[in-house]
Amino acid sequence: MKKTFKLQDLDCANCAAKMEHAINEMEAVHSATVNFMTQKLTVDIDEEKFDSTMKDIQKTIRKVEPDCTIIM
Amino acid sequence: MTKRQKKSLILILLSSLIFIIGLIVPLGNTGKLIIYLASYILVGHHVLQKAFRNILKGRVFDENFLMALASLGAFFIGDYKEGVTVIIFYQIGELFEHIAVDRSRKSIKDLMDICPDYANLEKDGNLETVDPDEVCIDDIILIKTGEKVPLDGEVVEGSSTLDTTALTGETVPRTVHAGDTILSGTINLTGVLRVRVTKEFGESTVSKILDLVENASNKKAHHEQFITKFARYYTPIVVIIAAFLSLIPPLLIPSASFSDWIHRGLIFLVISCPCALVISVPLSFFGGIGAASKAGILIKGSNYIEALANAETVVFDKTGTLTKGTFEVTKIAPLQISKDKLLEYAAYAECYSSHPIALSLKKSYGNPIDTNMVSDIEEISGHGIKAVVNGVVVHVGNSKLMNQIQVEIPAHSSTGTTVHISADYQYAGYITISDQVKSDSKSAITSIKALGVKTTVMLTGDQKAVGEMVASELGIDKVRTELLPVDKVNEVEKLLEETSQTGKLIFVGDGINDAPVLTRSDIGIAMGGLGSDAAIEAADIVIMTDEPSKVATVIAISRKTLRIVKQNIIFALGVKLFILSLGAFGLANMWEAVFADVGVSVIAILNAMRVLKMKHNE
Repeated sequence: MKKTFKLQDLDCANCAAKMEHAINEMEAVHSATVNFMTQKLTVDIDEEKFDSTMKDIQKTIRKVEPDCTIIM
Repeated sequence: MTKRQKKSLILILLSSLIFIIGLIVPLGNTGKLIIYLASYILVGHHVLQKAFRNILKGRVFDENFLMALASLGAFFIGDYKEGVTVIIFYQIGELFEHIAVDRSRKSIKDLMDICPDYANLEKDGNLETVDPDEVCIDDIILIKTGEKVPLDGEVVEGSSTLDTTALTGETVPRTVHAGDTILSGTINLTGVLRVRVTKEFGESTVSKILDLVENASNKKAHHEQFITKFARYYTPIVVIIAAFLSLIPPLLIPSASFSDWIHRGLIFLVISCPCALVISVPLSFFGGIGAASKAGILIKGSNYIEALANAETVVFDKTGTLTKGTFEVTKIAPLQISKDKLLEYAAYAECYSSHPIALSLKKSYGNPIDTNMVSDIEEISGHGIKAVVNGVVVHVGNSKLMNQIQVEIPAHSSTGTTVHISADYQYAGYITISDQVKSDSKSAITSIKALGVKTTVMLTGDQKAVGEMVASELGIDKVRTELLPVDKVNEVEKLLEETSQTGKLIFVGDGINDAPVLTRSDIGIAMGGLGSDAAIEAADIVIMTDEPSKVATVIAISRKTLRIVKQNIIFALGVKLFILSLGAFGLANMWEAVFADVGVSVIAILNAMRVLKMKHNE
């Protein structure tokens, strides 16, 4: 399932690249892009694992940039 | 400026003030340290906080951590002033960087500002202002003067002119009347329109375009992938070198002091953040996509900008792309009678025919035809027509017809379809009917060549003579004529083999029946995409108007974008390497290091924005 979310307080381009790399490593994630310019996260995730994966993604994002949140 | 940026500015100013006090007021060493520390913590606490959190998570290559380490290190070796100034300059740089990114984001978004905010919905005789999302198909909406058209629809009542600049880049307003379709994203200029909605908001033109442009930068270009990959290795390597630099020489060289070499190591830490690189590349591509969309060109990914910049061969479809695709009278050559009279004979003789040639003759004639004046119409199959027009025996047809009635055709020159006319068995002249070349086709080819594209090719299903005539008129290098749709794919495959490894092949078509070719070529450009979902779907790049000259525009924008990307990469890397080597020999100070970090970012961002200022006729 493909979905796009807005990211708040995504401040640095390198962090966006790091997040993207980390999210793509996750098991249930088919593909992910973190777009620094549009401040958007686009993810393609297994349908049944969607909610739990989204939580993990939020955690991963926090790890890279503590102020950054996904607007659901 | 956002709230956070304002707060950051105030902190920077306060901290600088305290720092200056520390510089001026004569105090003891401890006194100075206290003042400098106060200044440091005021401006740097955010960095320290983040750094601390990151160490707990084991992330040592974070830029905050590196900055904190570098500045604290300076304090440690007794360089208080440097410790404070580094962090102040770093924060100023960061602030500039954020403001610059916000600005550019905003200016690019403004370019794409076609999204309507509301719709005036007619409900039980009343007018209600609603979100465009809430309007359903077949609802009636009212669009007043100066408002954006919120949804695609059909005009039920009223007439007006529409500004389509935001969608197509076309500056001439379009006139609409009842029965015409109108597209969301255009602006109603003169009258009030009642419109029946034909597409929901999510499906309407404006949503599709916005979605496409917004997601375009998700498809990353090679340069961007390279730089993010590079960044992953760059930081650790520089940090490791910094560690060696601070520790090894003092241990090996007896005269070397620890504080000097640690200082050199700290300079490395400051330069180790790859932000300037990582930020300027996607920003440049985003700017390129924005600049193109302003010109009415939708690019579906950053990777296509890169490919377009390396365009080597441009293949055009003829009909509908370089030519208008409608047959028109292009030449009237009478013999001893007037042009109008010749056209009148032809139009009257063909008055009952619905053949495309007959239609274009009648259209060119323009006046109403009094059919009572025409009698004895006789169709001569494969040759033409014979009719009595106002008492004159008129023959209209090809050269075979003239031979048959033994009328001699004088020498003539024409390409396209030629219709000969005789009146009372005397040759009266000929009319040429052909597909008209678009007004900007020639200049399009000229500019494409001027941009350094090696080969231009035209593919057409049309006759050899016609195809070659159009090609030579436009100055196209190669022509392949009389092709079936399947042949076009084969031709493109052959041309693909002929292009060099780095060169790219672009195919430009009208997007309707050339989907296989569009997908087979390196980049498929569909023209006249406005309102055609199929074209938007199949192509990599969509030109909203039907001007072939936009192909040159988009290549030029891509070239410029890529040039800026390369400049930024070379500039940022060059400055960093330069200061790194100066630092290693003890010739750089921390201010220069901070410049190599955030200063370079700001310059790279400003450089990236140049693409937006590009003129379209460049």
